[in-house]
Amino acid sequence: MPRIGVFICHCGNNIASTVGIEKLVEFTKALPGVVVVEHNLYSCSEEGLSSIRKSAEENKLDRIVVAACTPRTHAPLFRKICEMAGINKYLFEFVSIREHCSWIHIKDANAATEKAKKLVAMGVAKAALLEPQKEMESNVIPTAVVVGGGLTGLTAAASLVAQGIDTHLIEREGTLGGILKDIDVIGPEFKKTRELLDQLIKELKDSSKAHIHLDSRVISSSGFIGNFELTVECKGESVKIPAGAIILATGARELVPTGEYGCGSVPGVMTQLEFEKRLAKGEVPERAVFIQCVGSRQSGREYCSRVCCNTSLKNALRIVNAAPNASVSIIHRDIMSYGTVPEHIYREASEKGVRFLRYGLERPSKITRKRNGLVVQVFDETIDQEIDIDADVVVLATPMVSREDARDIGKLFKVPTDKYGFFLEAHVKLRPVEFSTDGVFICGSARFPSSVSECISQGLAAAAKASIPIRRGKVVVEAITSWADPDRCAACGSCVTSCPYEAIEIVDEEGRRYAKVNETLCKGCGTCVAACPNDAMQQRGFTTRQLGAMIDALVKNALGET
Amino acid sequence: MTGFSPTILAFCCNWCSYAGADLAGVSRLQMPPNVHVVRVMCSASVKPEYVLKAISQGVDGVLVLGCHIGDCHYMTGNHRTAKRMPIVQKVLEEVGIDERRLRLDWVSASEGEKFQKVVVDFVDEITKLGPNPMREVKF
Repeated sequence: MPRIGVFICHCGNNIASTVGIEKLVEFTKALPGVVVVEHNLYSCSEEGLSSIRKSAEENKLDRIVVAACTPRTHAPLFRKICEMAGINKYLFEFVSIREHCSWIHIKDANAATEKAKKLVAMGVAKAALLEPQKEMESNVIPTAVVVGGGLTGLTAAASLVAQGIDTHLIEREGTLGGILKDIDVIGPEFKKTRELLDQLIKELKDSSKAHIHLDSRVISSSGFIGNFELTVECKGESVKIPAGAIILATGARELVPTGEYGCGSVPGVMTQLEFEKRLAKGEVPERAVFIQCVGSRQSGREYCSRVCCNTSLKNALRIVNAAPNASVSIIHRDIMSYGTVPEHIYREASEKGVRFLRYGLERPSKITRKRNGLVVQVFDETIDQEIDIDADVVVLATPMVSREDARDIGKLFKVPTDKYGFFLEAHVKLRPVEFSTDGVFICGSARFPSSVSECISQGLAAAAKASIPIRRGKVVVEAITSWADPDRCAACGSCVTSCPYEAIEIVDEEGRRYAKVNETLCKGCGTCVAACPNDAMQQRGFTTRQLGAMIDALVKNALGET
Repeated sequence: MTGFSPTILAFCCNWCSYAGADLAGVSRLQMPPNVHVVRVMCSASVKPEYVLKAISQGVDGVLVLGCHIGDCHYMTGNHRTAKRMPIVQKVLEEVGIDERRLRLDWVSASEGEKFQKVVVDFVDEITKLGPNPMREVKF
C-alpha cells in the first residue's frame, strides 16, 4: 500500500475564499492510500515547503500530492522538495484547484468545493500508481537565436556574444534598431539614441560569434530546449538554424489613430513618433499641446502604456529648453512619471512653464483649425471649466500596441499572447522573461510597453537565462518516454508508423519480436500508446492504469459507483 | 430532468489546451463546474478505450482538447486525434450512445476565452441530452 501525503494550498485567499478547505481536508483523509493531509496558507512559501518536507520524513511518505495552482508553473518547485525528502520526483502529482477550480467558479463555493474533492480524488488515484523514474540527459546545441533587432534584441544578442555564445540575430527589416531608429534622443539626459544603437551594433559586427540576418523572418520552429530547429527565410531563400535557446524580442509599435483628433487629415496634428522626427530636424514649435492617453485606458484597450507620459515630458522639455518662451501644455488624465528621475523631470517641466491640465474620458478635447494655427478646446477638470489653447502642433500620445503579427509569432513558437497581443510570461511575478515552454524567452516591448532602461535590463535578463542551458551543455529530459511491455507486444508495428520521431523499431531478441523505443529520440507525446491495440505500449507518468484510475475516481466520487 | 448537472471528463494536452485552461483561470473566466480536466502530453495519446471506459461507467460527456492543426507540439500528433475521435464517435452511435457525448476541439495556449466557450457550450449540450443512459446499466 502506498503512503500518500496530500498538501492543500490556500494560496492566500485565491483558493480558500472559494473552496472549503476544511471539508476538502476531511474528504481527502478518507481516500485510499492517504496517510496524512495538511493545508498551508502558501504551500510554495519557505514555510509551506519545509512543512511538506518535514511531514514527508515524519510520516514516511512515499508519494506526494499537492493541490494548488498549476503544474505548469509550480511542479518543478514541489518536485525539488520531494527529492530533498528522499522521494523520487516522479512520485509527485499536482492537482490544479486554483486555475481549474476556485478561479473559474468564484460565485459557487459549494460546487467548487465538490469539484475540488473530485479533482483531488483523481490525483490521489493516479499518485497511488506512480512509479519512480530515472532521467536522461541530452546535449544542447551551443547556439542561441534572437528574434528582433531592436534595442532589446541587440542588447540580448550582444550579451550572448560577449559570453562567447554563437548567436543568430534575425531582423525582418533591412536595418537594425527597431522603433528607436525613429527616436532622436532618449530621456532623461537627452542621450543620442544613435550612439546607443551604434555601440551595440558595433559590438556585434566586431564579433565572429554574431550572425546577423537582415530582411529575414522565421517561418517555422520545431524542437525542444537544447534542440530547436528554425527555418529562416531571407529574400526567397530559406536556411535552417539549429539552436539551443530562443529569445523573442519582436517589440511593439506606436498606435496610429484612425481619424481621432483629425490625425492624418489636419496639418499639425501628429503622433509622438512623427513629432520626434520633426524635433530631430530642429523644427521646434512655438506653441505645442500634448494630449495623453489617446487610445489607451479606455474600453477595449484598458492598459496604461507607461512610456507615453515620460516621452511627452521629455519632448516638452526639449521645446522649452530650445525656446524658453514657447507655450507648451500637456493635457492628461494622470501623469505617470513613476520613479525618482522621471518625477524630477515632471517637476522641472512645471518649473519651466509647461502647463498641465487634467481632462476626463467623458469630455475629450476638440481641435479646430484657425487661420494662424489650431485651437484645442479642453475641459479642465481642476477648474471645472472649458478653455481654449492656441497651438501650432498637437501631439497625440498614443499607446504602444502589439505588432500585427504578434499572434502569428506566438503560434510559431507555441507561446501565449494576452488579449492585447502582448506575450504572456510563465508567471507574471515569479518568472519574468521566461515562457512556460522551456528554452524560449521573452523580453522588451513584445512583452509589454517598456522604457529604454527596461528593454535593456530585460534583454540582459533573457540573455542570462538563455545562456544557462547552453553553458551547461546538457539538459535533463523529462522521464515521460514510452516503452512497450514485451510480454504484451505482438510486434504489429502500429506504434512504429504512428511515432512522429521514428523512435520505435521492431526488434528481434532471442526469437522474441517486440517494439523497442529509442529513448533518446522519444519526446514523450504518447501517440504510440493510443495507437497500440494491445495495451502493450505505456508512457511513463501517463500509463493506461494511471489514467484509468483517474476515470474510476471521477466515476466513484461523482456518480457513486465504480 | 430538472436539476441534472452532468459529470464531464476533459483530456487536455499539456502544451496548448491545458495552458488555455490555465489562462482561462488566470483571466477569472467563469464557467460551470462540471468539467474535470486530466492532463495528457498530447491529445494523440488519448486512447479510445479511455473514452469508452468513461462513457460505459456513466460519465455524461468527454471532451478531448488539443492544439490547433498545424500547432501540435509533436508536429502531427493532433492529426491522429482528428482522425481517431470521429471513429470513436461512430462506435458510440453504433452502441446507441449519442455521439455528441464525445467532443473534439482545439484550444491554443492563448485561447482562455475559447476554453471557456467550449466548456459552456458542451455543458449546455450535455445538460440538454440528459444523463448518460449507461448510468442505468448494471453489469
